[in-house]
Amino acid sequence: MKGLLLSIGAFLLSVAFTIRQDYPAVAAPESLSAWGFFTGNIADQQPAAGVVPYRLNTPLFSDYAEKLRFVRLPAGQSVPYTPDDVLAFPVGTVLIKTFYFPTDFRQPDKGRRLLETRLLVHEAAGWKALEYVWNAEQTDAILEVAGEQTNVAYTDASGKNHRQLYVMPNLNQCKGCHNRNETLMPIGPSARQLNGNLTYADGEANQLTYWQQHGLLTNLPALASVPKTPVWNDPATGSLDARARAWLDINCAHCHRPDGPASTSGLNLRHTETNPTAWGVQKTPVAAGRGSGGRQFDIVPGKPDESILVYRMESTDPGVMMPEVARKVTHREGVALVREWIRAMHP
Amino acid sequence: MEQIATNHISTTSMKTLFGILIVYALLATSAVAQPAVQKAIQKQLILSDDGATIQLDEGRFTFSGSLSLEDKKNIVIRGRGMDKTILSFKGQTDGAEGLRVSNGQNIVIEDLTIQDTKGDCIKTMNVNGITFRNVKVEWTGKPGPTNGSYGLYPVQCQNVLIERCTAIGASDAGIYVGQSKNIVVRQCEAHHNVAGIEIENSLMADVYENNAHDNTGGILVFDLPDLVQKRGGNVRVYKNTVQNNNFDNFAPKGNIVARVAAGTGMLILATNQVEIFENQIINNKSIGTGIISYYMTENPIADKAYYPYPTRISIHDNLYRRERGYPTRKGRMGMMFRFKLKFGKDVPDILWDGITDTSYAQPATMDICLRNNTGATFANMDVANNFRTISRDLSKHNCELKPLADAKLSLGR
Repeated sequence: MKGLLLSIGAFLLSVAFTIRQDYPAVAAPESLSAWGFFTGNIADQQPAAGVVPYRLNTPLFSDYAEKLRFVRLPAGQSVPYTPDDVLAFPVGTVLIKTFYFPTDFRQPDKGRRLLETRLLVHEAAGWKALEYVWNAEQTDAILEVAGEQTNVAYTDASGKNHRQLYVMPNLNQCKGCHNRNETLMPIGPSARQLNGNLTYADGEANQLTYWQQHGLLTNLPALASVPKTPVWNDPATGSLDARARAWLDINCAHCHRPDGPASTSGLNLRHTETNPTAWGVQKTPVAAGRGSGGRQFDIVPGKPDESILVYRMESTDPGVMMPEVARKVTHREGVALVREWIRAMHP
Repeated sequence: MEQIATNHISTTSMKTLFGILIVYALLATSAVAQPAVQKAIQKQLILSDDGATIQLDEGRFTFSGSLSLEDKKNIVIRGRGMDKTILSFKGQTDGAEGLRVSNGQNIVIEDLTIQDTKGDCIKTMNVNGITFRNVKVEWTGKPGPTNGSYGLYPVQCQNVLIERCTAIGASDAGIYVGQSKNIVVRQCEAHHNVAGIEIENSLMADVYENNAHDNTGGILVFDLPDLVQKRGGNVRVYKNTVQNNNFDNFAPKGNIVARVAAGTGMLILATNQVEIFENQIINNKSIGTGIISYYMTENPIADKAYYPYPTRISIHDNLYRRERGYPTRKGRMGMMFRFKLKFGKDVPDILWDGITDTSYAQPATMDICLRNNTGATFANMDVANNFRTISRDLSKHNCELKPLADAKLSLGR
């Protein structure tokens, strides 16, 4: 009897095991080209039918890399409009983001180097991140689990030459940012971030309107009532406060939110947070260590040079800097914005 | 020559092994910009199935970036012994931690050493069941403010076991358990850290049979405002040796531990239900054991849900010994000793700030119980009244509180 039970147990175990082991039947393609997102020369990043480009009003800073963003919804499906947070894309959606550096930011026609394409794939079990690293020949990008790093060189908008190390994440690092209550989630494409114009093949249009017209978005209310994230470096789009909060939201609040990995710090940099202590004003650090830079509070109104927030944004020391990953250089213009914002705060 | 790790994996299936071999083959053909060892170990951490043991070889391995383990169950990361398998992060350029574990269940890290990380040595977050056993975390060289913050750093975890570990040189706490629940820290050694062992905003913790020596502060039990897990408590600290914690504070300013006075044996800050017993608290020059409210930090309190007073504190059956001599002269505490307390060389072992919650039902003198401590002297500093009536009368605190329940761990494997 005992023997029988044991063998049944072993059988069940082996069944369970087989199922589990065979699960990666829908294994990710080894190369980006196999996904079929693009037509023609893949390096030209021309979207195939059903693949729609998009941009965000205030994007995450990624070491001055430029980004091309695309979304592919499953055929015939759409996403319902929601005013807050990232849109609830249906299972089958893929978000596609290619990172590149132009040779010369002043002359886009001088060419560019594609570095990586990151995918967020919405499967039945949840979102999954995949990282494809572009080859030197720029003929394709190859799936890479453990990340990669390389040197990049470019000339910036003011004509200055730069050489810097560029780091591509391993799969665990994806979740370092794309983490909502330990569930992998997209960060950028909310209605408020998409509420702006983009030039499509058939002309310029508001992205939400375009998505609605092409059957990607349902329930869109009148555009005037849709919230709009200001463009961080365009004063015409929002107040200093709104632009600084938008910059902090996209650059920091994926972790610094109550359901994010930096909740341990008590610092919440979501644009919706209303308690000044929670977004740093006169707030003492918790586990900053030498990240405090000898300063007492996250934000001292009127005093950017006494604010830990600025110290950590300016640093490139891995034990000090924020964000902790995905940054090798300082976002000089972002720092300037946050400095101006703190300086304008009344004590 | 850097030694190349030959990492053995004892996984449960051949398929996994085969998968990993494929990964190695791919690795060999792709341009390896990262150190090969780092990439190989990181791949194991990503690709291992639940239940796997990741065996690290004996030797010294150098890493330029953090390692991480995410979303796994029943994983053992095992070296060949403390000081035998050494993971050095000296010159780290990427990521703050040495090893980061998040969203896991029943994770064991044992028999290895991690050195010289830029930030924390091992940080674990949202793990239910985390064991650190026979692990050394250290910053080599002279302790200084450029050392990382925490050696072992479980935060927002449940069922935390830290045993036979060693922590050296942390610029915050060597062993730090924050915002966690059900915790045992035992038979560890912490020295030359700012704080040896710290339990912060945590519930149900037993800290026993540890040796905290030559830190700035030996063992700290803190509750801080503005955090997700608001209130800690039920912390038992017993049978520890807390000796010569007189090392100058080297924490970067702005951190709460930067305010800890050199010469602190144990410090209870704003925590409720703490029982300290059967410890040997020896030659800590400033504060053998301190019991203080958050007001002593002189930081503003904006958090309305925060309770800044220590309550239900029981300190009994400890041994205190202290050589006659001056306390620290440094920092705010140094100033307090020199200009307000004026104890000279006759510094009391147990110090209470005397700041009480006037709306609290229990009289404070029956709520902070100090009984049967061999060799202990005491002072109520009366900070609330600008040190007006400093009292050294221990008899007012001759009371007993109900012993706290022990911490129970559930470490299923």
